Amino acid sequence: MTFTLGAVAYDPKVVTIWTGFRDWFLRHDFALDYLLYSHYERQVEDLLSGQIQAAWNSPLAWVRARRLAEARGASVRALAMRDTDRDLTSVVVVRTDSPLRSVADLSGKLVGVGAVDSPQARLLPLALLSDAGVEVNVRRFDVGVGLHGDHIGGERDAARALVAGQVDAACMIDGNHLLFTREGTLPSGGTRVIAQTRPFDHCNMTIGPAVDGETAERFGELLLGMSYADPELRQLFDLEGLTRWCDGRTTGYAPLEAAVDTFDFYDRHGQVHARDYRP
Amino acid sequence: MPATIDLEDLGLDRGGHLLVERALRELPVGDELAVRGRDPALNVHLRAWARDQGHAFRDGSVVVRGSAPALRWAGAERAGGASPGEIVDHPGATWGVAARGALIETGGPSVHFDYQDRDLVWADLAPRLYAQAAANQWDPASAVDWDAEFTLPADVEAAVVQVMTYLVENEQVALIVPARFLGRIHPHFREVLQVLAVQAADEARHIEVFSKRAVLRGLPPGVSGAGGRASLSTLLEEPDFALASFLLSVLGEGTFLNLLAFLEVHAPDPISRRVTQLARQDESRHVAFGMAHLEHQGSLDPGLQARLRGAVERRHDVLMDTAGLNQGVFDALVLLAAGSWRPADIARGYHAVEELQQAMDEGRQRRLVRLGFPHDEAAALSALHTRNFM
Repeated sequence: MTFTLGAVAYDPKVVTIWTGFRDWFLRHDFALDYLLYSHYERQVEDLLSGQIQAAWNSPLAWVRARRLAEARGASVRALAMRDTDRDLTSVVVVRTDSPLRSVADLSGKLVGVGAVDSPQARLLPLALLSDAGVEVNVRRFDVGVGLHGDHIGGERDAARALVAGQVDAACMIDGNHLLFTREGTLPSGGTRVIAQTRPFDHCNMTIGPAVDGETAERFGELLLGMSYADPELRQLFDLEGLTRWCDGRTTGYAPLEAAVDTFDFYDRHGQVHARDYRP
Repeated sequence: MPATIDLEDLGLDRGGHLLVERALRELPVGDELAVRGRDPALNVHLRAWARDQGHAFRDGSVVVRGSAPALRWAGAERAGGASPGEIVDHPGATWGVAARGALIETGGPSVHFDYQDRDLVWADLAPRLYAQAAANQWDPASAVDWDAEFTLPADVEAAVVQVMTYLVENEQVALIVPARFLGRIHPHFREVLQVLAVQAADEARHIEVFSKRAVLRGLPPGVSGAGGRASLSTLLEEPDFALASFLLSVLGEGTFLNLLAFLEVHAPDPISRRVTQLARQDESRHVAFGMAHLEHQGSLDPGLQARLRGAVERRHDVLMDTAGLNQGVFDALVLLAAGSWRPADIARGYHAVEELQQAMDEGRQRRLVRLGFPHDEAAALSALHTRNFM
């Protein structure tokens, strides 16, 4: 039976990546195929219904999949993740010449964030402020809604708004602060990090509830056996942004689970509660 | 105690990663590097950069060297060596346009070139010919005194225009043929590409100066005969590099050396003499490369001679029913050598053109003998060469 994996088409390169991985799996006697989704919510629902056996999930999609599964008395498993999915942080930045010095100074200020469903550019950094008891006004940059922040556009727009003086602070993942500064979206030395979240984990390869253990083990063995030294895989790894697959872990999702509750994005049973969220 | 590097005020957004990478290269995989610095965003950026590069990150400022950078170069190979003496017989399909001698990362697309075997394109003389060619490039604007004063009878000027018109159409072919092969040869054989590129550039200049001389005195260009164009089209249609080099460079341009030398002597004005002289210097290099390559290939491929012979015979058969050299060109050459319409001068001019054709024939035979043909066969093949000269 063909093992079907779901992936969200946040960029055309997704086709190249999964077609390449599929060919590789087929050559290793593992019948893999993939389905592309336009957003994560449908993918998670199909994972739970058994339409697909695995889902290349965003952290938010993982949270929902876990909640939906538990609500049905089932379970999903984070089989693997990229080395680059571990221990990310998000930052809240202000202009260097801003009088704002601390998180507390942000009280009542206007903060630019990414898309409504972006863990790294909305939910996690706003939860950081909320946990600190700081109430802010939010200007959201909804680009690629449904892609759970995979589309960088919202973060970049928030960064641009910061430079333009349209917001007092902007939220982004640590790597994008480096990227935006290098590419000139943010002037070098022109912004100051005012807050940084605790480390959190990002995507994982989620195995659906009906998949037998042997199949999941074989899939995981092959995935973790992929080497960056293999030129064919290296090209795909570079596109997907990893240098090796690691075992999945769920310890890095606690901050996002909490943020999802804080903002009532999903309820405890995995139902979508967020207003204005139309993927 | 981990190794330590101090970036001072330099951030990772302004090149600090170069220093970190350099320090990591000195460490074995798994060793730690403590990174210090005063850039306020250093630790935020260091975490993101290390993760992206496949290094571990801990304690807010320590990078642990990962294996990804080394794995990237596992299995990499050199694309031969930098010098012409280190070229390989069969360059790798994935080497593509990499510099010769570069360390080639595995992977990447296979790029197909029709000519991927050393012996199908190479000549040991190529590096030297390219160097000579590069050193002897001339500027059409300054190498020719376009303002030189001269006055010609109208008929003689018309003869010059006709000859120049004929030269241009021949040089167009001499530009297109090497340019077409240029993109079909593996770039590993760099000097061959360079020779062909300069050859095409030479012809571009020849076309310019011949065209400019043709219309210098206000007459329109001369005629273009169907037979001449038929002859030239057979050169465009030859798909094989060795055979095209043979027909164009050895036989065609070889024959043209005599024609250009003839015009250097008999052209009635200093500009025509100068442009044909400049072109002849370049053409002799083109002939030299064609000869060198075919001598190289012939020494390795005993079947080459038969293919060369077949190419001449095929071309002759194709052109048998065409007129060959445009009568107007022939008449113009006679008039230029005669210098006037007086019967005695015409007789002298006619004789000079006969001598030219004999010299062309002798030159072709000499080159054919150098390529290993017996004298009698060289004479027979030379006689089959196109009447259009090129």
